[in-house]
Amino acid sequence: MDYAPAKFHKSARELAEPGGAFAYTPEHQAKFDANVKCYPPDQRRSAILFALYLAQRQQGYVTAAAMRHVAEQIGCTPAEVEDVVSYYTMFFTKPVGTYVLNVCRTLSCALRGAERVTAALSAELGITPGETDPTGTFTLIEVECLGACDRAPVVMVNDDWHECLAPEDVRRLVEDLRTRGPAALTGCHLHKEKAAEATS
Amino acid sequence: MTPYAPILTSHVGEPNSYSLDFYVTHQQGYEGLRKALTQEPGDIIDQVKTSGLRGRGGAGFPTGLKWQFVLKDTPNPKYICCNADESEPGTFKDHVLMERNPHLLIEGCAIAAFAIGARVAYIYIRGEFYHVQQILEAEIEKAYAAGFLGKNILGSGFDCDVYVHRGAGAYEAGEETALIESLEGKRAQPRIKPPFPAVAGLYQCPTAVNNVETLCNVPLIVLNGPEWFSGMGPEKNGGPKLYCVSGHVKKPGVYEASMHTTLRELIYDHAGGMLDDRPFKAIIPGGSSVPLLLPEHLDTPASFDDIQKAGSMLGSAGLIVLNDSVCMVWLAMNLLHFYRHESCGKCTPCREGCDWLYKLLARIEGGEGQPKDLDLLFGVSSNIVGKTLCAFGDAAATPVLSTMTLFRAEYEAHVREGRCTLTADWRAAHPVMAAH
Repeated sequence: MDYAPAKFHKSARELAEPGGAFAYTPEHQAKFDANVKCYPPDQRRSAILFALYLAQRQQGYVTAAAMRHVAEQIGCTPAEVEDVVSYYTMFFTKPVGTYVLNVCRTLSCALRGAERVTAALSAELGITPGETDPTGTFTLIEVECLGACDRAPVVMVNDDWHECLAPEDVRRLVEDLRTRGPAALTGCHLHKEKAAEATS
Repeated sequence: MTPYAPILTSHVGEPNSYSLDFYVTHQQGYEGLRKALTQEPGDIIDQVKTSGLRGRGGAGFPTGLKWQFVLKDTPNPKYICCNADESEPGTFKDHVLMERNPHLLIEGCAIAAFAIGARVAYIYIRGEFYHVQQILEAEIEKAYAAGFLGKNILGSGFDCDVYVHRGAGAYEAGEETALIESLEGKRAQPRIKPPFPAVAGLYQCPTAVNNVETLCNVPLIVLNGPEWFSGMGPEKNGGPKLYCVSGHVKKPGVYEASMHTTLRELIYDHAGGMLDDRPFKAIIPGGSSVPLLLPEHLDTPASFDDIQKAGSMLGSAGLIVLNDSVCMVWLAMNLLHFYRHESCGKCTPCREGCDWLYKLLARIEGGEGQPKDLDLLFGVSSNIVGKTLCAFGDAAATPVLSTMTLFRAEYEAHVREGRCTLTADWRAAHPVMAAH
């Protein structure tokens, strides 16, 4: 029995995909130039996470070429950028689906049925956690505590949240995302509050 | 229930409570800052010290002392770092404050910066809170436009900038020196202390790192006086406190109370009682990193000192309530999966120990544990405690040590019977109350 996957180890290292030539779009360049001003002039490295988010937004994931571009922007070495990329869980070094479904699996969500949400998503999409479906629409990931334990079980879809997701509602969410796109993401309390405020 | 009128969250349910206009109209917005700027920075620190405000992030360290330790005679700039990384499992109070009452935090940052002589405050927010960050950034912009941030605030000659820095998914970034490393654009790994951040923090400059809820209390102290603050709650545990109640309760959520309130009141009065009215088994009172408490502790006041006397810690006040359906081996396994994933890898006992503990727990929960595994579990976790640079190692060992101490019979039953009595089949048959 495989109690804990052998592939898990902190020292595991995979080389980043080389990727094609990469440079920020003018819009992203402007955003980077603005963000770097938040830090002292000799501390440009502080902007590295922001720079990586921009790269990831631009091409979906972070390639070696993107890391080199970020290194040039920051004025550090590509190795220093890779050091950061490999540490933080929110950067992808492989292509992911249009919608990344991050299911929280930590205690409070688990107590409210998170493992059944993951199982339902797996069955609905035909993939196991960590995989992307063949159409490239969905990636399923199990993540650790998202900090919304009162609205368990929580699924983070890209940068948006879907809260109180009952296993039996999983199919509807997936179908909604397929047909209506990001407009289907109304499961965050903020959407509901905004809607209430707009009518008040 | 102890009578109490919420202060930090008094208006969070109301429409547009996050807006600057609302804050100024209904919450005496920025009056604390206005009052602070007419005083000496040292007086502000004295008031916070007198108030007895203790850090709301987990350690409960007196905030005034932290600020006093910030090096004064230095040619370097000083910094305020607001810890909005809120990643402790079971904790979700700070994002409510940032979402629904962001100006209280912004005002707190400005007053804190003024008190320690900083001109810049960074709010380090976890990457998963992108939707919260957008609200916060929009409101910061409005505070600038209204003259509460930026140059020459309210004509006092004091300049202060507040920036939001987005993390990227790392529990360890909530540790103050790891947060600083992450802010500097490195891996979020803790530093060797000393030197403490108060002497050499961000960019090796004197820095104070404070939790969101801590900073939100600062404008209230300045405005209403330290005696008002310390008078609320038991001695040395003054002020309003946010509690996050989750797990097997009817109404999980963030509840504000004074620290006189008991665990029982929080579960049965605020959070509506146990889910499906099943019996209460245990509670984790301060986020996943603290020892469990049992039914006999339910009447303990939820204050830093009382919870400590009961054998646990208030930590981040993340109360995870557990009913009788929870298998304690499974609980430890679930949490060690978390710690194994989040260990930053810097210290060997923690990096290797968490992985080892998880494997042992998975083996026992999977029904193939051996009697010697129990001693091994105890040995491995005891060997992590106190042998790491930051508190993470102790935190990771706690779920194992605590469940083994309080529920050893459950571990022994797993080994003896070669199975977990609460199996996946059982869970599937109990979808509503399914604990695992």
